[in-house]
Amino acid sequence: MTRVAAETDVPTAPGLTVDGEPLAFVPGQTLAAALVASGRVAWRTTRGGQRPRGVFCGIGVCYDCLVTVDGRRGQRACLVQARAGMAVATGEGDDG
Amino acid sequence: MAEPQKPVDLVVVGAGPAGMAAAVTALDGGLRVVLVDAGSAPGGQFWRHPPDHAREALPTDDLHHDLRTYRSLRATLAAHQRTGRLTLLLDHPVWTTARAADGFTVHAVDRGRPPEERAVVLRAPALLVATGAYDRQLPFPGWDLPGVLTAGGLQSLLKGGGVVAGRRVVLGGTGPFLLPVAAALAARGAEVVAVCEAAAPSAWLRHPAPLLRNPAKWAEAAGYAGTLARHRIPVRTRTGIVGAEGEGRVAVVRTAALGADGAPLPGTERRIEADTVGVGWGFVPQLDLLLPLGCDLADAGDGTMAAAVDAGQRTTVPGLYAAGETCGVGGAALALSEGRVAAVSVLTDLSAPGRPGIRPLAAQRRAVARHRAFARALARAHPVPRDWPAWLTDDTTVCRCEEVTAGAVLAARADGSASDHRQVKQLTRAGMGWCQGRMCGPAVHCLVAARAEPYTPAERLIATPVTLGALADSAEPSTGDTPSEPT
Amino acid sequence: MDVVVIGAGIVGAACAFHAASAGLGVTVLDRGPVGAGTTSRGEGNILLSDKEPGPELELARLSRDLWDEVGKELGPGEVEFENKGGLVVASTPEGLAALHAFAARQAAAGIQTELVDRVDAFEPHIAPGLPGGVHYPQDAQVQPVLAAAGLLRAAVRRGARVRTGEAVAAVTGTDGRVTGVRTADGAVLAADAVVNAAGTWGGEVGRRLGAPVAILPRRGFVLVTEPLPPMIRHKVYSADYVANVASSDEGLETSCVVEGTRAGTILIGASRERVGFDTAMNPAVVALLAAQACRLFPFLRDVHLIRAYRGFRPYCPDHLPVVGPDPRVPGVLHACGHEGAGIGLAPGTGALITAQLLGRPWRGADPAAHTGLLPDRFLTTGGVPK
Repeated sequence: MTRVAAETDVPTAPGLTVDGEPLAFVPGQTLAAALVASGRVAWRTTRGGQRPRGVFCGIGVCYDCLVTVDGRRGQRACLVQARAGMAVATGEGDDG
Repeated sequence: MAEPQKPVDLVVVGAGPAGMAAAVTALDGGLRVVLVDAGSAPGGQFWRHPPDHAREALPTDDLHHDLRTYRSLRATLAAHQRTGRLTLLLDHPVWTTARAADGFTVHAVDRGRPPEERAVVLRAPALLVATGAYDRQLPFPGWDLPGVLTAGGLQSLLKGGGVVAGRRVVLGGTGPFLLPVAAALAARGAEVVAVCEAAAPSAWLRHPAPLLRNPAKWAEAAGYAGTLARHRIPVRTRTGIVGAEGEGRVAVVRTAALGADGAPLPGTERRIEADTVGVGWGFVPQLDLLLPLGCDLADAGDGTMAAAVDAGQRTTVPGLYAAGETCGVGGAALALSEGRVAAVSVLTDLSAPGRPGIRPLAAQRRAVARHRAFARALARAHPVPRDWPAWLTDDTTVCRCEEVTAGAVLAARADGSASDHRQVKQLTRAGMGWCQGRMCGPAVHCLVAARAEPYTPAERLIATPVTLGALADSAEPSTGDTPSEPT
Repeated sequence: MDVVVIGAGIVGAACAFHAASAGLGVTVLDRGPVGAGTTSRGEGNILLSDKEPGPELELARLSRDLWDEVGKELGPGEVEFENKGGLVVASTPEGLAALHAFAARQAAAGIQTELVDRVDAFEPHIAPGLPGGVHYPQDAQVQPVLAAAGLLRAAVRRGARVRTGEAVAAVTGTDGRVTGVRTADGAVLAADAVVNAAGTWGGEVGRRLGAPVAILPRRGFVLVTEPLPPMIRHKVYSADYVANVASSDEGLETSCVVEGTRAGTILIGASRERVGFDTAMNPAVVALLAAQACRLFPFLRDVHLIRAYRGFRPYCPDHLPVVGPDPRVPGVLHACGHEGAGIGLAPGTGALITAQLLGRPWRGADPAAHTGLLPDRFLTTGGVPK
């Protein structure tokens, strides 16, 4: 079976929330990696067609994975390191 | 950290194999170097790593190739950091570069503590751009469903975060990069249902000489083949992913046998249950910083344009050098050699005392030539098939950001107004969204441009998004401009 | 009458649209794609607010009416035409007094103006503490390349043809009158009249036609942000902008114009530099525009810049467009030198050129009412540039 990092016995740090819900992560992982490890591959909808989007290129080029971090919109989840205390908001359109 | 006040001889943008090798050679030759990278650890995409503090929590060494070279380069870089001649700026994406009277200015932002960012300006007489490449994508119906990723995206989640993106994976596209991705996914427990390679196996046999001259590549390929065999992963050649279906996430992948020019053959379609798809059609050189500086480009032989360089990796702009994938995609071994050659040119052009002898340089240049020939042979064996648009439908999304369909792009061509992707952008907004055409540009180019013309990306004066506040502060430096706090 | 229009930018497209509408035989000649020059490098401004009373404002008023017609003809959605209005804001009480005096003169020339005490009533996200401004309800916005392409398509529907090619010389008869245009591939397009609508390259095209005009490039950068929900309703700019548009200073000037677009992005223009055709990136200019935009709209500090582009505005030494027949080569007409106002002035220019070709008023354009734009103003009586 698939072993994903968040399900392994690696210690995880608390205190990051996504839309108010706690998200487990390993320090050093990006927000995208932590979200994918939790089983989510989409967390945003497009402005026009309201289509679901999440991680695609994984290296900061496609901008599909945008989230709002601590109130700042337009952050690429695949680049931002997850950190305890971060409040991440996903959302509608490009509001992040 | 604050802007380095020390004078600098060379700024290297990109800390992948090319940039690391170049920095090491330049530092060994006595230069003062700033090595700047958007990522949190040196290594680029090839040696993508979690940040150093997470090495133990996120072990990824088993996914890497030639880590001995990586560790040696890092050790040398660390030694030069201690002497103060190397400034290593991680988490510093560069948003633009410009020529100045005495060389170049390099404009980055410090994102060491996101989402904060602060503008940083670097100055040096010499600039080396080693910004690598990113996956080339060709759209297909359903490619914007969650669960469809680029092959590089799957790899980066693995190497950078230790995360497997799915349980049942189908890979598709073309090129040898699909094999290490399949091997890595399998090694971490994913079921790789199929690797769909568009090219024919016989394509390798048409130009065997460069392949035979690179035995290391065969060994590498054999290693992946062994892994694939062990995990019973079928590699289906002349096969393409022509569709993905699902509600909210991909559930079914449609594949088909491809004709000689890439059109799906009727009656050959198969439906495969899978929750994840990885696609890649080779790579596109990342030229965003080079184009506005006005350096010439050259046909890279794989359908893309790359920086034109001489045998010393000099671009056509004095003082500006390029190495690695920016000069044409060719892999890490080539990038390492090009980085070293470029640094020797910088040492020569700046009349630095410590340039290496003739013989090692000649060996590096031979290595560059050998690897380049190999890369060109690979490109010929794994072309973007001419008739790939045959699997598009009118309502297939081409531009993911602005949600522009294939039908809209083709209509812009049909009414005679658009014959290149820049014009299509103006008329349809394809390429005008967040990614600025990095994802859809090559595909739009294929749809509207004259056949066989290589893809030249649109000039992007802003290489990475930067907040207006950070820019504004750089225009009006305030007295409250304090260095960021340690994390 | 057969007319060759050189230039498939917004001005050339408008000339072709009106001339073809008047029943003339039109061929549009451009070396590149539709609207790929300065047309694609602007913000799509249709402004009355920034213009002093005089010949340019008269053309702008005509043009503004014709833009409404164009919007109806092409469909406002097709060209992203937005009747959004402009808001000019002052940053100091002295600036406000000067702005009010300027607006009073514009009002006397027939422009709709509305003095505004509370700018935040018009723009909720504007910086606090601004002393006031002037609202110009007639200012509008269009997507210039879509508009140029739409006008050309409409011209083609009326019989015009579009050709890719480069004009190299005028062909003239024994009387010195134009009989055609020679292209780089050696072909000759027969013509009774040739319209130089080559924008920033109008100086060079004029030379090739034997009718040189002084058109110079003025570089400008425009910034584009990430897409946002609607935050800015009008074209908003600082009162300094008017001074800069009219300025002849050599150096850099920036005074930003900020506005939202239908696509959600916010456009921030525009710098003005006289650096010839130097395409180099100027990060300092970009930073300055960013700083000015953030002063007008503080929320922009957290908004990402995702794109910047630059173009070259074509300007004449007196900062007025040159529109009309060139007396040195009968049959040659100029329609260029619109500087940063080419989008807004295009339909009026097209109608005026058509009226001049017909020798009678056309769609409200009376040649006798726009003599201040004629090329004669640069020529001495001997037909030599002053």
